[in-house]
Amino acid sequence: MSILVNKDTKVIVQGLTGKTGTFHTEQALEYYGTKMVAGVHPKKGGETWSSGLDSAAELPIFATVGEAKEATGADASVIYVPPAGAGAAIIEAIDAEVPFIVCITEGIPVADMVKVKRRLEKSNSRLLGPNCPGVLTPEECKIGIMPGSIFKKGSVGVVSRSGTLTYEAVFQTSNAGLGQTTAVGIGGDPVKGTEFIDILEMFLADDETQSIIMIGEIGGSAEEEAAQFLKDEAKKGRSKPMAGFIAGRTAPPGRTMGHAGAVISGGKGGAEDKIEAMESAGIKVSPSPAKLGETLLEVLKG
Amino acid sequence: MNIHEYQAKQVLKAFGAPVANGVPIFSADEAEAAAKQLPGPLWVVKSQIHAGGRGKGKFKELGPDAKGGVRLAFSIDEVKAHAAEMLGNTLVTAQTGDAGKVVNRLYIEDGADIESELYLSILVDRTVGRPAFVVSTEGGMDIEAVAEETPEKIVTLPIDPDTGVTEADATKLCDALKLEGDARADGMTLFPILYTAFVEKDMALLEVNPLIVMKDGHLRVLDAKVSFDGNALFRHDDIMELRDKTEEDAKEIEASKYDLAYVALDGDIGCMVNGAGLAMATMDIIKLYGAEPANFLDVGGGASKEKVTAAFKIITSDPNVKGILVNIFGGIMRCDVIAEGVVAAVKDVGLKVPLVVRLEGTNVEQGKKIINESGLNVIAADDLDDAAQKIVKAVKGGA
Repeated sequence: MSILVNKDTKVIVQGLTGKTGTFHTEQALEYYGTKMVAGVHPKKGGETWSSGLDSAAELPIFATVGEAKEATGADASVIYVPPAGAGAAIIEAIDAEVPFIVCITEGIPVADMVKVKRRLEKSNSRLLGPNCPGVLTPEECKIGIMPGSIFKKGSVGVVSRSGTLTYEAVFQTSNAGLGQTTAVGIGGDPVKGTEFIDILEMFLADDETQSIIMIGEIGGSAEEEAAQFLKDEAKKGRSKPMAGFIAGRTAPPGRTMGHAGAVISGGKGGAEDKIEAMESAGIKVSPSPAKLGETLLEVLKG
Repeated sequence: MNIHEYQAKQVLKAFGAPVANGVPIFSADEAEAAAKQLPGPLWVVKSQIHAGGRGKGKFKELGPDAKGGVRLAFSIDEVKAHAAEMLGNTLVTAQTGDAGKVVNRLYIEDGADIESELYLSILVDRTVGRPAFVVSTEGGMDIEAVAEETPEKIVTLPIDPDTGVTEADATKLCDALKLEGDARADGMTLFPILYTAFVEKDMALLEVNPLIVMKDGHLRVLDAKVSFDGNALFRHDDIMELRDKTEEDAKEIEASKYDLAYVALDGDIGCMVNGAGLAMATMDIIKLYGAEPANFLDVGGGASKEKVTAAFKIITSDPNVKGILVNIFGGIMRCDVIAEGVVAAVKDVGLKVPLVVRLEGTNVEQGKKIINESGLNVIAADDLDDAAQKIVKAVKGGA
């Protein structure tokens, strides 16, 4: 099994016709034939998107998400729309009742995400991101921008606030011979659709996921909340071996470190508190981002 | 983006918030005219810098007994004397670091008779994804200290973005601040005003500390600190005009032109990384191997060759940099683009310090090929661990 996406997931692309959307849609099609089924562009409905691939794959473009979903039966949408319009693009997907929405866009105003979050609360859609690399189930489905070549089918569930650190965890667990069930980037924004707890719950429930790597960073308290969740679940007898990492031990307070959500403010959100919370929940936290795979192997050996 | 107190008050005043009258000045010559525009008999002369703790701050150039960065004046002559002493000098506060900040602007404000001091702020509460008021009866103090010592005196109230501040919300805030009489009536109108300002101007933080109850029973915004969501500035030209670049690091200003996320730090190893998480982790691993990072730099997802070149130039413009670590794990970012940018930058500005490059991910083979065929003296690294050890060794070994 896997979580969130598998070989049957049908994906539409909002922002397909731009450079980024085109590049990553081509990559997804090349990745074990991820079922990319359509693009959406308000002014280009009825046109056809042509890839530059050897297969000369083409996708129909629809004017709205609703039409694209109706015509293709899509289960998911991935959004590459620029920041000023990305909030509206997410809301369009929510209104079209797309079950799973992945927003890659970085730099969406927080106020727009506050509106999105309120809409999500009233819907049945799940949003992953924004400002995230997406989700990938090895040899089945790639939604987003993760480099497929580093993945290997296996037993580790990976969840992270950072895109590139997700790749580190994937690369290292592939090299360690463990492989992944699914890797999920939840994104670096302060207001987002899916939190650590949501993904951890899915990994705990997934039989094939035998261990988990969780990568957090400074800012907010999502890691502390996740640690509390894991402690509560462990009391019910649900737990899996886990390794982790927190980025930003050397970050100065009060400065936003690239990700809008990565800031130590008012004395809160520092790395040490998060590491302590995660360790108290039984996660072995690696001091080095280069030793995630090694640390997980140690945990698995007991 | 941060703005000065006087600018924050102008923004809030436009929404109808009660602030004192005041005049900003940029030179001591303007002090007298500014003070005469206000009724007296009490004036406040306030240093305008992008850092808190000004009242308790000390001027570097003045003796330890000299008054701080916020001063009372009981005559126009006193206003002039303070202005002459404060302008152009360096104020060191708990938030500026030891270097302090030069005071280039003062705000001359009408004094107020204070009955009590309260705390109020609005920020986005990320646990619920909504704007939230944070209020306390313990105003005028460091709110972090209040949170530490008497957390029960801080009340947080998230607001439903669909409704804004309801009458029930405003009532709760009045109760939490123990407002009565005129102050309570003022509060019922002020809280929605502040919320509207926060939302309409895409603020990241609106802090009023203190919010005061005056001796006449009314509320006034005595101090105001406002910062804006950088991602929303594109829709606020009026706010962009309030930016004071003299308050920012020159390298950070240069970086912002290229849309690079850059934070200057004190160490000697410059870093260029893609992705904020990996950029932080790269700083962390440099420290783990016994050196200090000179900066945080995330070149971002869709960086062009020009952007990478600019990033490289910014790093090399820092005289503290004794070595550079380029660490790329390509997803959106293609390794060949990074490699081309690095090669172009080195050819342009030269390379006087050791450079370690670690590439992985999308188009990694093309990237490595470009670096290898460039003929540049680049130390290649296999993985992050290897890269960090190599750059630390190169820098420490050369020292």
